[in-house]
Amino acid sequence: MRYLALTGNLGAGFLEASLAAAMARGVAFIGADAGSTDGGPHYLGTGSWIWARDAYLRDLRLALSAARDAEIPLIVGSCGGGGNDSCVDDFAGLVDEIAGKMGWRLNLATIHTEPSRDYLTERFEAGAIRPLENPPPVDKGTFEAPGHIVAMAGAEPIQTALEGGADVVLVGRCADAAIYAAMPLMHGFDPALVWNAAKLMECGAAPAENRRGQDCLLCTMEEDGFVLEPLDPTTRCTPRSVVAHTMYETADPFALVMPSGVMDSREAVYEAVDERRVRVSGGRFEPAETYTVKLEGATPVGHQSSFWGSVRDPAILTDLDGWLEGMRARVVERLTDVYDVPYQLDLRAYGADGTVGLDTERVPHEAVIVCDVVAKDAAVAAGMARAAYHVVLHWPAKAWAGASITGIAHPYSAPVVDRGPVHRFTLNHVLELEREEIARLFPVSTRVAGAS
Amino acid sequence: MSLDDVVRSFRLIRSKNAGPFTITIDLFFEDRTAYQALRSLSELSAEAIAELYRVDVEAVEIHEVPSIDALKISLPRRVPGGTPGDTDVTGGQQYGPLVESLARADLAGRLSGRPRG
Repeated sequence: MRYLALTGNLGAGFLEASLAAAMARGVAFIGADAGSTDGGPHYLGTGSWIWARDAYLRDLRLALSAARDAEIPLIVGSCGGGGNDSCVDDFAGLVDEIAGKMGWRLNLATIHTEPSRDYLTERFEAGAIRPLENPPPVDKGTFEAPGHIVAMAGAEPIQTALEGGADVVLVGRCADAAIYAAMPLMHGFDPALVWNAAKLMECGAAPAENRRGQDCLLCTMEEDGFVLEPLDPTTRCTPRSVVAHTMYETADPFALVMPSGVMDSREAVYEAVDERRVRVSGGRFEPAETYTVKLEGATPVGHQSSFWGSVRDPAILTDLDGWLEGMRARVVERLTDVYDVPYQLDLRAYGADGTVGLDTERVPHEAVIVCDVVAKDAAVAAGMARAAYHVVLHWPAKAWAGASITGIAHPYSAPVVDRGPVHRFTLNHVLELEREEIARLFPVSTRVAGAS
Repeated sequence: MSLDDVVRSFRLIRSKNAGPFTITIDLFFEDRTAYQALRSLSELSAEAIAELYRVDVEAVEIHEVPSIDALKISLPRRVPGGTPGDTDVTGGQQYGPLVESLARADLAGRLSGRPRG
C-alpha cells in the first residue's frame, strides 16, 4: 500500500508537480495535517485559522481534484489549527464551495472533537483525567472556563468514517500520526511499522534533505517495512535525515504515545534503498491497557495591548537592568494612578536577555523594549499600554547628569498595538476511556458535499 | 573554547517546543569522533542544563541518539507557549545559552589530535 502526505501543514502549500508525481505512481489515500499547538493557544482559544482562506482553498482544491480522479479518500486532521468543531464545519464549507464549483458530489464525513463540558467535569471528578509532564494546575473550574477544550482523536474515528465510504474525512483535533495510521491499520499492516511510518509522514517532506519548503512525502507500506520517498527530484531522504526527523519537536525521540499504545522505535533500522529513498523496519508497538485521549484546552485571560521601541545609547545599555527596574516601578505607579483593576505587565529587553529571560553579562549594541499589558477589558488594556508607553518613552538615564527626558525609538505612529483577546493553555492531561466510549466522544457525521 | 569550535564540532544545535509545556534542544554532533569526544562534556550533563536554564534537575530529560551522533535535551518551559509573559512562542531560540556554555568549554582540548577542517 502506498499513501501520500500532502504537506506538513494544510494551507502552507506543496509543489503541484510533487502531487502529480505521486498520483502517477498511485496512492491509496491522501492525508494532510492542518493543526499545531506550536503557535500558542490563540487558534484553539478563538477558533481562528492559522492560514488564510485562499491558502486553504488552493491546497484543498488540488488535493480534492487528485483524490477524486483516483477515487481515493482525502483525510484532513486538526482543521483550522486548533481542531475546534467550528473549524471542522468551516472546512466542510470550503469542501462544499470547491465541490459545488466543480460539479462534484462527495461523501463528506466530519468528526467533532470537543467533548461536552458536563462529560469532562464528570470524568474529572471520577478521576479519569490524569496529568502528563509539566501540567498546568487543574480543578473543576478548568472544565467550566470559557474557551475551548478538545480531545485528540486516534485512528478509530477516521476508520469509522472510511468504513462508511467517505471521500473526504475532516477531523477536529487529531493525533497527527492517526491521519496516516487509520487506513494502513485497517489493511492489517504491523502496528509498529504503521505508527512509525505515520510519525515520520506527519510533517510531509520534513524528513527529506534539501527541501525548499513544505512539500509532499510518499510512503510505501510493505509486509516487514516501509519506504519513504520525497517527490521533488531535487530532495532526498537519507537514513540520517530520517532519523534526525524522529527527534523533531518531541521530548522523547523513541516513543510515540498514541491513544491505543506506545510505538518504540529504539530498535528500528533505517537503510538507504538508493540515493533518495529510505527503508525502515523493526520497532515495537506496545498496546495500552487503558485507552487514553489527550486533552488540550485554551481559555481567554484578557485583552492585550503592546508597544515596542529601541535603545541605542550605550550609557543606558551599560545599566539596562537598572534603567528597566526604575522604569517598571514608575509604570506600575502610573497604572495604579489611573486604574484600580488587576492587570499583567511584561516589560522585557529583546537584544539583551529578552529571548530566554536569563541574565547575560554582555552589554548589547542595541536593545528593543517590548511592553505588553493584559487586562480583562480591552479598553483598559489599551489605556494602560498608552500610559506605560509615555513613561517608557521618556524614562531618564542615570548616567546622564543632565537628563530629565530621553526617548526610545519606535517605528509607528500610533505606537500601541491592540492585540485582542489572549489565551493560555489549560491542560496537559489525558482522559482515560473505555474503548466502547470512543464513538460517543468522537461522533462521525456524514453527508453529501457539493452539487445536488 | 570558542564559538568557532562549537560550529566546527556540531552540524546543528536547535530548539523547539515539544508541546506547549516542554522545550527540547537537539544537538547534532559533526561526526562520530566529535560525538565520542564531546558527549561526556560536563556542560551537557543534566545538572549543568538545570543550572543554566534554572529548572529542577529531575525535570531535565536527556536522550542519546547514537546512530546519527545526536543528543536530545528536554526541559520544562517556565511559561507555557504563547501564554502572556512568554518570550519565544515556538521555542526556536532557547538553545542560545547552551551554545554560549559550549563555547566556554574546552572543546578543542578534547578534540586535539583530530584533523581540523
